[in-house]
Amino acid sequence: MNTNKNEAEKLPEDVELLLPWHAAGTLSRRDAARVEQALANDNELATRYEMVREELGETIRLNETLGAPSARAMQQLFAKIDAEPVRTPKVSFNLGAWLTEFVTSFQPRTLAYGAMAAALAIVLQAGLLAGMFAKDGGTGFTTASAPENAKGAFVAVRFNPQASAADITKFLTDNKASLVGGPVAGGLFKLRMSDSAMSEDQLSTVVKNISANPVIGFAAKAN
Amino acid sequence: MQVLFARHHVRVFRFVLRLVRNDATAEDLISEVFLDVWRQAGKFEGRSAVSTWLLSIARFKALSVLRRKPESELDEAAAEAIEDTSDTADVALEKKQKADIIRKCLSGLSADHREIVDLVYYHEKSVEEVAEIVGIPEATVKTRMFYARKKLAELLKAQGIERGWP
Repeated sequence: MNTNKNEAEKLPEDVELLLPWHAAGTLSRRDAARVEQALANDNELATRYEMVREELGETIRLNETLGAPSARAMQQLFAKIDAEPVRTPKVSFNLGAWLTEFVTSFQPRTLAYGAMAAALAIVLQAGLLAGMFAKDGGTGFTTASAPENAKGAFVAVRFNPQASAADITKFLTDNKASLVGGPVAGGLFKLRMSDSAMSEDQLSTVVKNISANPVIGFAAKAN
Repeated sequence: MQVLFARHHVRVFRFVLRLVRNDATAEDLISEVFLDVWRQAGKFEGRSAVSTWLLSIARFKALSVLRRKPESELDEAAAEAIEDTSDTADVALEKKQKADIIRKCLSGLSADHREIVDLVYYHEKSVEEVAEIVGIPEATVKTRMFYARKKLAELLKAQGIERGWP
């Protein structure tokens, strides 16, 4: 490989070398702060950083166009596993290690979306509490996220983890829906889709329609 | 194993495919990768992310296949990835969007450079994780990425895209 030979050439400052990782969001907090400071003080570096971001975007697009393997790969794998000698599975379970592995298995971008969804849930819950408080205090208003009566047509939904707060707000507005409960186990929220009751068929149609929306990961009828 | 496979197989496939440039070979390789994982599950110490461990195994498998390939086949594969330069730079710019050209040039990088660009940009691996996967010092990871980007800039320049760097 002649790469090592090339790597003996003159190199830029360390902070410039870190730009690709800064764009990908994989630097430590300390290094990220160092790069941010350098970008704020150096316009030329900031221009180069834009190039890095452009490269990052196109690299992701290029990889996403590569498609996925066919079912043959999985069939092949499990046929090989079946042909392996029988093993005794390890029975010990370390919850801490499992949790660590589970969380670290997500990409930083996925974690960011998760954090955004969590933040949204907090905001929505705050709205719910504020609505209840307003009702009890008799101040004469209710929040959109927590209407006071229990009548109407309801669905249970799980929002797509990749949906942003803006996407969810738009979904609620477009569908004239309001959030009346949740999240419960499984990240489900209860939405009021109409102030008046609907027939089973009507509600089924609503569930079918909203299921097709990319904001929704799962939808079902609810009481 | 099914959960692990479902969660990671697409990214591992794409990583391997970018190295071996052959769908069937890449599919064969990912079943080999996950079989190794199944066999070696007890050896995984959790010091690195599962995806880093998977990509390390995948890289080793892909390089083994590439070493077995005759030189002529490798040249042919590399040649397929290089942009057709029969058009002048101006004509090429007229014909294609800048983004398309960047993607073509990314495909035209050497295997070493493609690998590091994908690991950093697509697989979101830190300097330390790339060092672990590729088996090189962290300082070399940074410089190799720099030279991959520099080479990309040269390829873009040859295609009529002058970015003012390097």
